[in-house]
Amino acid sequence: MKLAASVQNLVKEYHLGGEVVHALRGVSFDVPEGDYVAIMGASGSGKSTLLNLLGCLDHPTSGSLFLGDENIAHASDDRLAELRAGRIGFVFQSFNLIPQLTVLENIEVPLYYQGRLSRRDRERCRELAAMVGLAERLNHRPTQLSGGQQQRVAIARSLVNDPFFILADEPTGNLDSATTEEILALFDQLNASGKTIVLVTHELDVGKRARRIIRLRDGRIEAVIANATPGKATADAAAVPIASQS
Amino acid sequence: MLIWIRTFRLGTKSLMLHPLRSLLTVLGIFIGVASVIWLLAIGEGISRKAQEQIESLGATNIIVRTIKPPSDQITTTSLLLQYGITRADYERLSQTIPTITRAIRIRELRQRFTRGGYEVDGRLVACTPEYKDMLRLELDRGRFIQDVDLEQAKNYCVLSAGVAEKLFPYEDPVHKIIRVEESFYEVVGVCKPKMPSAGIGGSMAAQDFSNDVYIPITTLWWRIGDVVISRRAGSLEGEEVQLSQITFQVDNVKNVIPTAEIIKSLLAKYHRMEDYGVTVPLELLEQARITRMMFMIFMGLIAAISLVVGGIGIMNIMLATVTERTREIGIRRALGAKRRDIIRQFLVETIVLSTVGGLTGILVGFTCPLFTSLLKSGVETFLPGVYGALPDIVKTMRPVIVPASLPLAFGISVAIGVIFGLYPARRAANMDPIEALRHE
Ligand SMILES: Nc1ncnc2c1ncn2[C@@H]1O[C@H](COP(=O)(O)OP(=O)(O)OP(=O)(O)O)[C@@H](O)[C@H]1O
Ligand SMILES: [Mg+2]
Repeated sequence: MKLAASVQNLVKEYHLGGEVVHALRGVSFDVPEGDYVAIMGASGSGKSTLLNLLGCLDHPTSGSLFLGDENIAHASDDRLAELRAGRIGFVFQSFNLIPQLTVLENIEVPLYYQGRLSRRDRERCRELAAMVGLAERLNHRPTQLSGGQQQRVAIARSLVNDPFFILADEPTGNLDSATTEEILALFDQLNASGKTIVLVTHELDVGKRARRIIRLRDGRIEAVIANATPGKATADAAAVPIASQS
Repeated sequence: MLIWIRTFRLGTKSLMLHPLRSLLTVLGIFIGVASVIWLLAIGEGISRKAQEQIESLGATNIIVRTIKPPSDQITTTSLLLQYGITRADYERLSQTIPTITRAIRIRELRQRFTRGGYEVDGRLVACTPEYKDMLRLELDRGRFIQDVDLEQAKNYCVLSAGVAEKLFPYEDPVHKIIRVEESFYEVVGVCKPKMPSAGIGGSMAAQDFSNDVYIPITTLWWRIGDVVISRRAGSLEGEEVQLSQITFQVDNVKNVIPTAEIIKSLLAKYHRMEDYGVTVPLELLEQARITRMMFMIFMGLIAAISLVVGGIGIMNIMLATVTERTREIGIRRALGAKRRDIIRQFLVETIVLSTVGGLTGILVGFTCPLFTSLLKSGVETFLPGVYGALPDIVKTMRPVIVPASLPLAFGISVAIGVIFGLYPARRAANMDPIEALRHE
């Protein structure tokens, strides 16, 4: 099975004055293509740190991090930027659309930084907008959209560069339960069509939609819990722990 | 190239989000650029005018004029004060210096001219026929003084346009008689009007030719002589002056400066008082060139300061913009923007601001001649007192747009955009994307 990402003994420390904050203390796991992983854990356990490393936004202190075949632990800033533009899709808690751009232009941004924006690319942006149900709102600005609609734009944007995986940091944290359901249904649909998703959440209900839950505690993987029947139908079913790491 | 065009579109879009802010920022550069062009145009106009005036004196001329010596140099106690350049000076200089091709002497006196019931206070200029060429006088009617008049010391006179009009408002003055103090002269010619010349420093004061009457110099010597008696505070005072001015023409521009040196040293030998002044238009021309350069540098400096102020305005706004758009920068970085993409984005915005300022500044710079002439006529009609007090050179000056100032101003404005935009842009590019994304 091909791996979208492979993390080995990943360590991240922050140095604050004389103090060292151990955000990640050696984390290892693989993300096969087509996987849907939820990262859970208490506040401060290192979830966002891990996601930022997977998203090429930061360098790890040590360990290795493969995206496809490439170890990016020591890649240059420019290389990381290229990977973000070309192979990674981000979905954020606070949507993070650019306010002065329209829906369509927001979806185009990663392509812009890849230096490509052909007629076909543009057509694809339209298709993605239609897929997330915003075909009628292409020329609206983010402030004219509801939270759920903004998050759909963000999801469309995360798909535009055909990424290794979609990284979502609490994508439903700012949404009400009905809208949360819509967005999660969209993720289910994407995963069913073969997209790899890594998602950070506090809510077990959200985590249970994934195929696996990686539980972090104090910078280490506490448990990896497989979900035999991911998706909406079995969201309430009990999860079975399959492995435990110290 | 394509990426620059796209960045340009993006930049203009971002700028249009805050139209007033962008406008005010542009204004700083606009004023700077317009003032570069204006100041240089006015500077050029003034210096060209000065140059013209100096050139009208003749580049190959050397002018020696009598001036009244300062009172502390006057040693005689007699009532008759003798000073100034003499006929002997004239002979000596014109005979002994081979580079001098022509020497034209004149004697001027303030006199009252009368005819019938009309009278004018003016200047009696006793001269030789060459005087007409030297001053480029043009005859309206009759003829100028001729050599025969000089030989015979004829009682002939030629009137300037102003005197002719005042003494003969309704008649042709030619062959009529006018009175100058106690003597009568027959009018043989009338000149066309001549513009006054401005003073250009040295012993050359501004000259007004409108109240002149020209007579042969020999006639003056016979009829009036060198001594002029004036009544002052009850006592009589006399001055004896032989010549008011000698204009030497030198054969070649190259010889002007050395000839002037010889003239100065010869005169110094025979004059104990500073009762003469030597004006060399060529030297003035050189001086004017230097003055012009200094003036341009000075004006340029002022304009540069206003441009720098505009640049600081741009930098200020861009720093605020960068802070305000931290979140956007974080998003762009997360979506794949490299540092240089961010630098490019903000740099393009500042360059757009400064270029728009530069281009509008250049357009308005072109209105300088129109605007100054409007301003002049405005001052002339509404503040005649102020206008009268202005120096001639300002009144007659016409701004000349220096062609080089256009690319210069444009280049400077773009450079200012780059220089003052670079720091804010680098600041934006060096933000940590994760921190920037967290920014509220
Ligand atoms: N830039 C930073 N500098 C210093 N310490 C940091 C930095 N970012 C994160 N940390 C620390 O690293 C640890 C892990 O932080 P992280 O943001 O990954 O937690 P989290 O699991 O995402 O928490 P939450 O659920 O609250 O979002 C925390 O102790 C945090 O204080
Ligand atoms: Mg977090």
